[in-house]
Amino acid sequence: MSILLYAESAEGKLKKVAFELSSYAKKVAETLGTTVTAVTINCNNNAELSKYGTDKVVKIINPSLNDFNAKAYADAIKQVAQKENSQVILLSSTTDSLYLAPLVSVALQAGYASNVVSLPLAINPFQVKRTAFSNKAFNITEINTEVKVLSISKNSFGIVENNTSLTEEDFTPNLNQEDFAVKTEAVEKATGKVTIADADIVVSGGRGMKGPENWHIIEDLANTLGAATACSKPVSDIGWRPHSEHVGQTGKPVASNLYIAVGISGAIQHIAGINSSKVKVVINTDPEAPFFKVADYGIVGDALEVVPQLTEKLKAFKAQNH
Amino acid sequence: MKILVCISHVPDTTSKINFVNGDSEFDTNGVQYVINPNDEFGLTRAIWFQEQQGAKITVVNVGGVDTEPTLRKALAIGADDAIRVNANPTDGFFVAKQLAEVVKNGNYDLVICGKESLDYNGGMVPGMLAALLNYNFVNAVTDIKVEGDQTKVARDIDGGKEIVATALPLVIGGQKGIVEEKDLRIPNMRGIMTARTKPLSVVEPVDATQTTQAVKFEKPAPKSAVKMISADNLDELISLLHNEAKVI
Repeated sequence: MSILLYAESAEGKLKKVAFELSSYAKKVAETLGTTVTAVTINCNNNAELSKYGTDKVVKIINPSLNDFNAKAYADAIKQVAQKENSQVILLSSTTDSLYLAPLVSVALQAGYASNVVSLPLAINPFQVKRTAFSNKAFNITEINTEVKVLSISKNSFGIVENNTSLTEEDFTPNLNQEDFAVKTEAVEKATGKVTIADADIVVSGGRGMKGPENWHIIEDLANTLGAATACSKPVSDIGWRPHSEHVGQTGKPVASNLYIAVGISGAIQHIAGINSSKVKVVINTDPEAPFFKVADYGIVGDALEVVPQLTEKLKAFKAQNH
Repeated sequence: MKILVCISHVPDTTSKINFVNGDSEFDTNGVQYVINPNDEFGLTRAIWFQEQQGAKITVVNVGGVDTEPTLRKALAIGADDAIRVNANPTDGFFVAKQLAEVVKNGNYDLVICGKESLDYNGGMVPGMLAALLNYNFVNAVTDIKVEGDQTKVARDIDGGKEIVATALPLVIGGQKGIVEEKDLRIPNMRGIMTARTKPLSVVEPVDATQTTQAVKFEKPAPKSAVKMISADNLDELISLLHNEAKVI
């Protein structure tokens, strides 16, 4: 028996979410008195996982898995889970892992809980806490099956160092043609930009930015902080910014450490989508904007004046502190 | 092409969320229900296939008789007929099992789900359904084109999008982008009138194990009051973010 995590990588490098997942897995393994196994796909640099509690890496190297393919990846993870006799399978909440998780769960006849934000509250029966109603509530879910699949919300546990001695073994899953019935034709991805999913800090703009021509103000602040940029729903609906940047209930969820909302009044649907973020800063001209009610820090002022000043001051701060 | 659009009946996105019976059940008191937004985007795309490519659209929901107005609304928007699986949707796997049965009986070529419902946010039904049926599956779909039995599908990825090619039969988990907000249709009077006479059949559920169970709900702890900082004192904000919040 072991805990199995799928440690995601991009271009042969483990993602940060893999380390959080490993930290979480270690804690669960301690409770269950077992070990942590990670499966990686087309990633040769797995040593860093030993810093965060992983005992063993099962490494799959297979050129046909160079493009992400949910069915083939799910099949491979299932085979590792069966070989390792894993009882708990942990996935992150990236777009790819959320795509995989239900497939893995059906393949293993495992109950699945998504958006998990706590360690198991109880082992028998197995209970976890997850977000529901678009972050407006939590829901304690019991999983009744022997094998359990969990996807863990980003930033809900954090990265905890826990040095182990890592063993690595190669594994060749048995994949069939059916696994590749969905074929990747093209990937369009802005290079060198921090994505909302990976970002520790997100800077988000609303209608208070007054027009797309002012977006460089948001981008300058984001670049200074190493942050991703996002926008409110009205801004993506009127076409100032692409849909991929729309955050909120019907857009992308945000669970960053710091969320800076600039010129966003804070509709209930927007707040629902970003509420998992730890610290929220709101900058708005209207002191009555509902967003201030859920913010940690607020500034009443015109974004077009305040934000460039804030960026300059942050640049100076960064120069001093790094 | 036969399209099945799976509809969740969810509280309107502006609803206040409360719980009753020792926090074990959602408080439906005074709550307005709507078609789950992700499903409505998918339904609207299905209408496009109906108008442009002669597709036939069935909508389906797993729920009690109280969910029928939501199905009627889907009919008023333009679906041809509706099916209600007469069961309380206890968990994602249970719902996927019921939908799989409907798909098998109706031989649908394309099954459009929303990538997640805005009540439980499980995000599991589309994938589980595809796995149970052994259909092709693409999640977080922002565009779909169908020619013969070949499809081109765009899906959202972290930081961009991916174009994939696959064949029918196919299950997708749709989201905004598959149509735009402005493309959504408000049922007109004629639609509402014809919806009343369109077929809505009720089928009984098949046996399915319940793999998970929502045992209790909690509301987030109340937030401490916001600290207001003067726009003339941005250094204070930076200092608070660095020393107090420790996020920069």
